[in-house]
Amino acid sequence: MVTEDPPAPLLQMQGIVKTFPGARALDGVDLDVLPGEVHCLLGQNGAGKSTLIKVLAGAHQPTDGTILMDGEPIDIPHPVAALEHGVATMYQELDVVDGLTVAENIFLGHELATGGFTRRRELVRRTREILARLGHSEISPNREVSSLPAAGKQVVSMARALSHDARVIVMDEPSAVLDSGEVDNLFRVVEELTNQGIAIIYISHRLEEIRRIGDRITVLKDGKTVGRNLRVADTPTDELIRLMTGRDVEFVFPDSPGVAEDAPVLLDVDGLALDGTFHDVSFRVRSGEIVGLAGLVGSGRSEIIETVYGARRASRGTVTVSGKKLRPGDVPAAVDAGIGLCPEERKSQGLVLDEPVYRNITLSSFASLARAGWLDEPAEKKAATVQIEALDLRPRDAGRAARTLSGGNQQKALLARWLVHGCEVLLLDEPTRGVDVGARSEIYALIRRLADAGNAVVVISSEIPEVLGLADNVLVVSDGEVVHRCPAKDINEHGVLDLVMEGSVA
Amino acid sequence: MNTQTSAPPAEEHASRSSWLRGSAGRNLGLVLALALICVVGVITGGERFADWGNILTILRLAAVLGVVSIGMTFVITSGGIDLSVGSVLGLATVWATTLATQTMADSFHWIVIVFTALAVGTAAGLINGAIIAYGKVVAFIATLAMMAGARGLAEIISDRQTQRVQSNEFTAFFRADFLGVPVLVWMFVVVAIAGWFLLNRTTFGRRTVAIGGNAEAARLAGIKVKRHTVYIYGLAGLTAGIAAVGMLGRTTAGTSTNGFLLELDAIAAVVVGGTLLAGGRGTIFGTVLGVLIFTTLTNVFVMNNMSSSAQLVAKGLIIVVAVLLQQRFANKPSSTT
Ligand SMILES: Nc1ncnc2c1ncn2[C@@H]1O[C@H](COP(=O)(O)OP(=O)(O)OP(=O)(O)O)[C@@H](O)[C@H]1O
Ligand SMILES: [Mg+2]
Repeated sequence: MVTEDPPAPLLQMQGIVKTFPGARALDGVDLDVLPGEVHCLLGQNGAGKSTLIKVLAGAHQPTDGTILMDGEPIDIPHPVAALEHGVATMYQELDVVDGLTVAENIFLGHELATGGFTRRRELVRRTREILARLGHSEISPNREVSSLPAAGKQVVSMARALSHDARVIVMDEPSAVLDSGEVDNLFRVVEELTNQGIAIIYISHRLEEIRRIGDRITVLKDGKTVGRNLRVADTPTDELIRLMTGRDVEFVFPDSPGVAEDAPVLLDVDGLALDGTFHDVSFRVRSGEIVGLAGLVGSGRSEIIETVYGARRASRGTVTVSGKKLRPGDVPAAVDAGIGLCPEERKSQGLVLDEPVYRNITLSSFASLARAGWLDEPAEKKAATVQIEALDLRPRDAGRAARTLSGGNQQKALLARWLVHGCEVLLLDEPTRGVDVGARSEIYALIRRLADAGNAVVVISSEIPEVLGLADNVLVVSDGEVVHRCPAKDINEHGVLDLVMEGSVA
Repeated sequence: MNTQTSAPPAEEHASRSSWLRGSAGRNLGLVLALALICVVGVITGGERFADWGNILTILRLAAVLGVVSIGMTFVITSGGIDLSVGSVLGLATVWATTLATQTMADSFHWIVIVFTALAVGTAAGLINGAIIAYGKVVAFIATLAMMAGARGLAEIISDRQTQRVQSNEFTAFFRADFLGVPVLVWMFVVVAIAGWFLLNRTTFGRRTVAIGGNAEAARLAGIKVKRHTVYIYGLAGLTAGIAAVGMLGRTTAGTSTNGFLLELDAIAAVVVGGTLLAGGRGTIFGTVLGVLIFTTLTNVFVMNNMSSSAQLVAKGLIIVVAVLLQQRFANKPSSTT
């Protein structure tokens, strides 16, 4: 797509600086984007990627620096101005309004209206068009967004970006909640857009995606540009990782010592069912074992482990932890029995955003650290700080609000919660979503260490290689049913996908 | 785990400067507002305003509203609302002064009156909480129902008559001074201090803030959200009961009209004080300042013989200005969602 003699840049950001009270998120970043290219923005968690695109979207005001469109300096004082200049943005954190319908969400802020009355029929028609283009004609424009799963919400957010006549579309980790089929859809749309000359700024921590659709790469580190306009084709992955992290990262899954036959069963799920979602799910996890749940988004994996945890009340079946049977729908009892859950949606299910990081980390354990109901904040801070260091959570400031952490660091804070609390059975729903390459291998190592220390771990991931690489045993879930179970080394990505497809046909 | 470069030094200041911009800044604004009202009081009232006796009068008046507002602070911090505290206070004063209660108090001890008021308040609060948490009725509606029901019950019990406290010991106790300060004011001070510790230093307070900030996250972290919700409304009911005792101590009159519209004053004081109406952040200190601002304002107006209508206008203005100022001072997170 990029010709030998590159055309004039469509969008340029020069020397962008953004300071927050006490933090310099961007420290002179340059970015130039050509028409019709997919420009990838890479960097570790907290490098400043989201901040940069929020500046471009008019959500943040830059402290310094200029933005040029077609070589003309422009001002983006608010989000509407960005849209007027042809920049549409899909934010990293889902930003759909739950109470509105799909169509209303897509045209939020630029409703089709005459004299204050919405033109409902046209609204629905245009929504259908856009959804069809995204390969999702099955989503009804009149459906309330709150009833969609995370992936569906992501589609709506994508559709919203498409509904503007944009010249630049920014996508901040759009693939994080999508499975491989959805990602294919996304890439097809991206290709269509770039063929029309629309430029895409694409942020992702999955380097293989960048290989597939990227044209050029800009790498950020600690708020500075450390790699400019690298051609995807000419830049080896090691080089990218070194630029991002400043070191070499071993990219292998930790070895499993194997699960002993006589290891005690810590988690025993028997005939568990949740009407309308999944039925008759049974599995056991032994001490030292990692079980992976593979399957498509929406196959019921998250619902299964949320039900095991008691966050949803099972219709039938039993969950037994270390020989103790749990009461259905009773989270505190599950936590007392030694289960921990890192939920899928960290913002709505995981964090109290306005509370400091350390209190988020000790949200499950402040009561046990307290003495007779009196909080022991020094002990909380100390326990949190230990995990902050162990997980390399940045910035290393336990006192700042969780809201100000970058996405990947918020994920680490959630993991830290259960490390502080200490539990025998750990349920992890997408533990590496939004986590950068460097931290990712650390999290893999950590999960393995937890298992080796005698814990039982259940992992869900939309990235099949991750499940296969990490787990000892894999359950393939499709349409609310476990369709296959086997040791992870006996199956490959294709095998899983075949099983999933079969399951959905049946 | 590995040797990373340490965080840039600039981040050291993050918590300190946001603290300045946050709670301290807000409270500073409230203190300034209170000072301003006092200056107006001194200019218009002179000696009469700046008199120890008058200050004690203000504080005595502040006591009833103040105690209720402390309970309300917990409710609002948890993301809820309690419209029933005024009616519950009325019901508690009536129930504590019925013939039956007073006869019992006569033959036993006046403390029976106190316990009756506390029990009535707490019970009403627990019912609120149970309906909200287990009945899944929104707080606004559940407490609105209690507001109507408690007031009605108070009217039935008292037959709309004023019931006087007969026990002289009771009256003597609450009209007395302790170290030169009325017992009523001590009551407010003790409740406020206890409330501060409860909110900031105990697991109860931490749960309250967590539930108000993100109830789902709190639930998934293993906090017993429903049970805690019941406790919070029970606490609000308890403070209404304590305030009812204070009210009886001040006026000796148990009537069904006691505490009429008190819930609105309490909500106003709490919100002006800086507690987020949406939940997740609460400040006892701010609530105390909010209560003092409104009570002092009333005092200044009464002293200048200004109509209660003018007071209402001024109250409205203060609420708006205070909330606008708060938004200035508050370090609003600059996020897009
Ligand atoms: N509102 C804010 N107040 C203070 N600091 C902030 C705020 N928003 C972001 N930061 C800080 O700015 C830095 C960059 O954050 P940003 O969200 O841009 O990272 P990112 O590159 O998108 O990371 P990720 O891959 O984890 O999403 C981080 O150190 C973050 O803590
Ligand atoms: Mg980001």
